[in-house]
Amino acid sequence: MTKTKPPIKGKAFVLGKNIDTDQIIPAAHLVYSLDDPEERKLYGKYALSGVPADESGLPQGNVTLTEEGETESQFKIIVASDNFGCGSSREHAPACLEIAGIEAIVTPSYARIFYRNSVDGGFLIPFESFEDLSKEVHTGDDLEIDQENHTLKNLTQDKEYPIKPLGSVADIVHAGGIFEYARQTGMVPQS
Amino acid sequence: MGMTLTEKILANHSGKDRVSPGDNVWVDVDILMTHDVCGPPAISIFQKQFGQNARVWDKNKLVIIPDHYIFTADKYANRNVDILRAFAADQDLPYFYDVGTDSYKGVCHVALPEEGFTRPGEVLFGTDSHTCTAGAFGQFATGIGNTDAAFIMGTGKLWVKVPETMRFIFEGKSLPPYLMAKDIILQIIGDIGVDGATYRTMEFTGPGIKALTMEDRMTLTNMAIEAGGKNGVVEPDEITEAYVKSRTNHPYTKVYSDPDAKYHSEHFYNLEEMVPMIAKPHSPDNKATAEELEGEYLDRAYIGSCTGGKLSDFRAAAEILIGNKVKLDTYIVPATTEIARALETETISGMPLMEIFREAGCKIGNASCAACLGGPSDTFGRLNH
Repeated sequence: MTKTKPPIKGKAFVLGKNIDTDQIIPAAHLVYSLDDPEERKLYGKYALSGVPADESGLPQGNVTLTEEGETESQFKIIVASDNFGCGSSREHAPACLEIAGIEAIVTPSYARIFYRNSVDGGFLIPFESFEDLSKEVHTGDDLEIDQENHTLKNLTQDKEYPIKPLGSVADIVHAGGIFEYARQTGMVPQS
Repeated sequence: MGMTLTEKILANHSGKDRVSPGDNVWVDVDILMTHDVCGPPAISIFQKQFGQNARVWDKNKLVIIPDHYIFTADKYANRNVDILRAFAADQDLPYFYDVGTDSYKGVCHVALPEEGFTRPGEVLFGTDSHTCTAGAFGQFATGIGNTDAAFIMGTGKLWVKVPETMRFIFEGKSLPPYLMAKDIILQIIGDIGVDGATYRTMEFTGPGIKALTMEDRMTLTNMAIEAGGKNGVVEPDEITEAYVKSRTNHPYTKVYSDPDAKYHSEHFYNLEEMVPMIAKPHSPDNKATAEELEGEYLDRAYIGSCTGGKLSDFRAAAEILIGNKVKLDTYIVPATTEIARALETETISGMPLMEIFREAGCKIGNASCAACLGGPSDTFGRLNH
């Protein structure tokens, strides 16, 4: 019943600890429509724009997620220290990262509303690492997340780290969100 | 083995005799609250998933309180309020507190209790992290995102992972006159850190809880999220009941923690030995005592928000400001229109609180979230670089 899940590959964007939702998407930008195809791109443009410049794109800093004038990022995987996504409940936070092109995050711990929003909205996959990898991985490193063997490979540095299985939220993640999950289980009628 | 207050509420609402921390359960929702920032995207998801003509599961259980970006010229922000207005009309919602009308309230977390929507034993979700405030009334209340809110709008249910409970036990009979609930919660957050309660319940209890008014208790539970907590909760007592019964005649069932309930940890604080606390920039757990910061220069003062804009907060400020002039920009933002009206009638030495603030040279804003979360550049009290 479980089909093989493909690896997630891409360049790393590295951040420190306690990255709050106002750093992920500052409150002044919460007004744009997520439905309008053009307007929603603004969320990609401003994703992570609240992170202090010297803490954005570690270890060197002063790297922005999306380049000036762009709405999509060259980076695909965020690696961060503890308590990622703390602060407000704004779902615009995981949404803006998805719009910018982020597919997964790897951190030792999340703030729970951000984690829940990522899973239930199907925006990106929030993986948990056993150790803080934000000091090991460098922004721009080529990474590969193996979802079958639960590892994060750093292809640039030729290193491999174990990550935690998704656990009780795996079914919702693999369904693609809470609505898809509820339809599969019959809670919500098929549309 | 007994259950905690939070475990019992989640068991009651999921049709189970008992639940344990770590269980995933689907709970029936008593109240869903949303506002102008997260309401429009939640409505959009609801219509996409359930159909353009879908009806919400129970119009008497959906409460919409615009409060975030209200007094602004920002066209996108105003469009959001328009979307709420159209949805409330279309769905015939009885509990929509529209901007520019007599029913406008202001900050949702203070408005919910004023309007009688916070009741012991119930389950309340809101699209705002500070929804945990309502736990002060002995209920389960927590913040969720737009997708989860849309799911509730269509089904009346949501899945919840049952949290472990951390117990904060207050000793002492009374609050010293120099101490407020904010000092207590800043001390606790400073002790356990901004992720010290992640995924967990913070239950505030002990004999000292009797010394705390409903506003004090709301300040404690409001900031549970600042320690990463899923919810904050206080067992209901005669203080809770007096407040709730003065606001609603809706029936409710009080729930208490069992004496043999299992807790993640216990933390003891003696109210009579605590001191005024400050959270320094830029984190709620960056604690210092007020004494340690004596002589520190401040840039500006802001008295407002869901945690600091209640009547008791303004009374405390007015007691200091009466007969004085402010020496730095000081912004006053009552959380709700009801509190704004009370500032005109509550007095100290015969002088209304609002007059004390005006005489002192404070800048007075309208009830709303205002600068607490930033918002558009023309937001009252916002610092623009």
